[in-house]
Amino acid sequence: MRVAENDSKMASILPDGGGHFGPYGGRYVAETLMPAVIELERAYNSICAEPTFQAELNLLLKDYAGRPTPLFCARRLSAKVGGARIYLKREDLAHTGAHKINNTLGQALLARWMGKTKVIAETGAGQHGVATATAAALFGMECKIFMGTEDISRQAPNVQRMKLLGAEVMPVDSGTGTLKDAMNEAMRYWVGSVRDTFYVIGSVAGPHPYPVMVRDFQRVIGDEAKRQIMEAEGVMPDMLVACVGGGSNAMGLFYPFLEDGCEMVGVEAAGCGIGTGKHAATLGAGSVGVLHGSKSYVLQDENGQIKEAHSISAGLDYPGVGPEHSWLKDTGRVRYESVVDEDALNAFHLLSAVEGIIPALESSHAVARALVEAARMPAEKIVIVNLSGRGDKDLGIVEKLKAR
Amino acid sequence: MSRIEETFGNLRSRGEKALVGFITAGDPDFAMSLEITRQMCRSGVDLLELGVPFSDPTADGPVIQRSSARAIGAGMNMKVVMEMVRRIREFSSVPIVLFSYYNPILAYGAEKFYGDAVAAGADGTLVVDLPPEESDELTRLWGHDLDFIRLVAPTTPPERMARIASRASGFIYLVSMTGITGSSGLKSEETAVVAKELKKNCNDLPVCVGFGISTPEDAAKMSQFADGVVVGSAFERLIESGLQDSHIAEKVGEFAARLKSALRAGE
Repeated sequence: MRVAENDSKMASILPDGGGHFGPYGGRYVAETLMPAVIELERAYNSICAEPTFQAELNLLLKDYAGRPTPLFCARRLSAKVGGARIYLKREDLAHTGAHKINNTLGQALLARWMGKTKVIAETGAGQHGVATATAAALFGMECKIFMGTEDISRQAPNVQRMKLLGAEVMPVDSGTGTLKDAMNEAMRYWVGSVRDTFYVIGSVAGPHPYPVMVRDFQRVIGDEAKRQIMEAEGVMPDMLVACVGGGSNAMGLFYPFLEDGCEMVGVEAAGCGIGTGKHAATLGAGSVGVLHGSKSYVLQDENGQIKEAHSISAGLDYPGVGPEHSWLKDTGRVRYESVVDEDALNAFHLLSAVEGIIPALESSHAVARALVEAARMPAEKIVIVNLSGRGDKDLGIVEKLKAR
Repeated sequence: MSRIEETFGNLRSRGEKALVGFITAGDPDFAMSLEITRQMCRSGVDLLELGVPFSDPTADGPVIQRSSARAIGAGMNMKVVMEMVRRIREFSSVPIVLFSYYNPILAYGAEKFYGDAVAAGADGTLVVDLPPEESDELTRLWGHDLDFIRLVAPTTPPERMARIASRASGFIYLVSMTGITGSSGLKSEETAVVAKELKKNCNDLPVCVGFGISTPEDAAKMSQFADGVVVGSAFERLIESGLQDSHIAEKVGEFAARLKSALRAGE
């Protein structure tokens, strides 16, 4: 009954009936898609309340995705810092190597309950693409993954994995060929195929109900972490740290703790530095706008044209952010910081060397910030970092940077 | 009576269907784009839709995506769009609808957009990614001097059609197919079924069909069950093919004339 209790406590922070978190969220899509997102909202509300759906999903999360993922006390990393004790929530150990599988299993199962046989998805780093292709293979669904050509070249191993899993990878060369452009193209394809195709959005972004739905499928991260830290330490953590691109791994970790006292830090990609203009710090340096179906902070110029983001990590290279994060920023419940490419790379190497864990470049941003935060805290304090994915996919790009 | 209402009234009395011509404002540049609108107005376009270019046009196909990128590259923004409306008003009284994604309007300022659009001489606006569920935040700041054109899609159920129509003015834009602009595969029988349903639920507003209409034959066929047709990508395709052609504006005008002649009674 733990979950039900949490839900009643959180009634005040759920979005309204139209999917608004304060002034953010909503459904800003073309009319062709409106009936589909309304149908999805209804289906999600009724199907996810079914005990048999929940049982089926929980079984998949356990036997297929390998949940619960461990909460690991990173003693050598903590000793290096000389401050708070750092725990790593090991989402990198989930099937397919990142937290993305929690959401894609949920959405693909929902698609199956709704009678849809085709799924599409956008992907940046390729982790969400792989996780969607995996769920599609498991359920015998036809799957198309939209991916920017720049990302296809910097995340080649994930492209091979998606193809191996039977997905069709659709290259997108508009814009800078990154996540934003992939999402544009996925939305365009969805407009033309909406009658029989389910769009598996990979983050807490997009039109309502996606931000709520993805958060709900990802909250398993925070629910587990809460139980695990109580078992390990007998107390609640003092701080949670997670990287934020669209923001799904952060929402997943933060959400079950929102009503508790612990501090929360979301870490955006500062790229080459916010001052250079080459970054992906949407909350740190953006302004309110509408992109990809919801109102939130976006990176834009004075004419409302969306700017290109930049990050060493393809998964954070996005000029938007989930609407609930915008709300949590404005209310002050979560503090948002940013980490430059170089510091993320250093954290990537450090964690590999001292703990034998190679983190994704996305997660390396969270690790880098956690080192700064932990160093300022006394030794009895506890920090949980969401290690959202494994770094094998990034070896190519890291090697290339080293050579430079 | 708004200029848009008046236009449809006149067309009806002449037994004609409306030709709504869309171009991306400022493609390929301001001067050429203005000249193109002049030729279009001169050649029988009944309503002009000026597309405000946006960096991420998720409801548009490749032709309009490229035209938007060209226009942005040539310095087009909302302020310059307003200037373009003022300049068009120097030579034409054809109703002008500003067709935009929501973000450029939000960045410009909702109230400022309304005030400037009315002052420049625009007659209506259509915000493609602003469904009735979200549009109050914009329209509650506005007066009644700008018609609010709304979209109905083949996926829109009848009761939703009625709800949309009750909050629309000027005309209703019926999307001919489930797809993005400039798609192929027009199926007039299927659109006819949706149009018939919409006519029962349209609050007596005129209905114009758009998306994928690219020839005079398409225009004639699709106008049978509507009050007009919208042609956009076909104009933009022509403009794109003539980027180096100094007579492109005249060619766009000639094409508009051919489309219009297919929409006159008995032709």
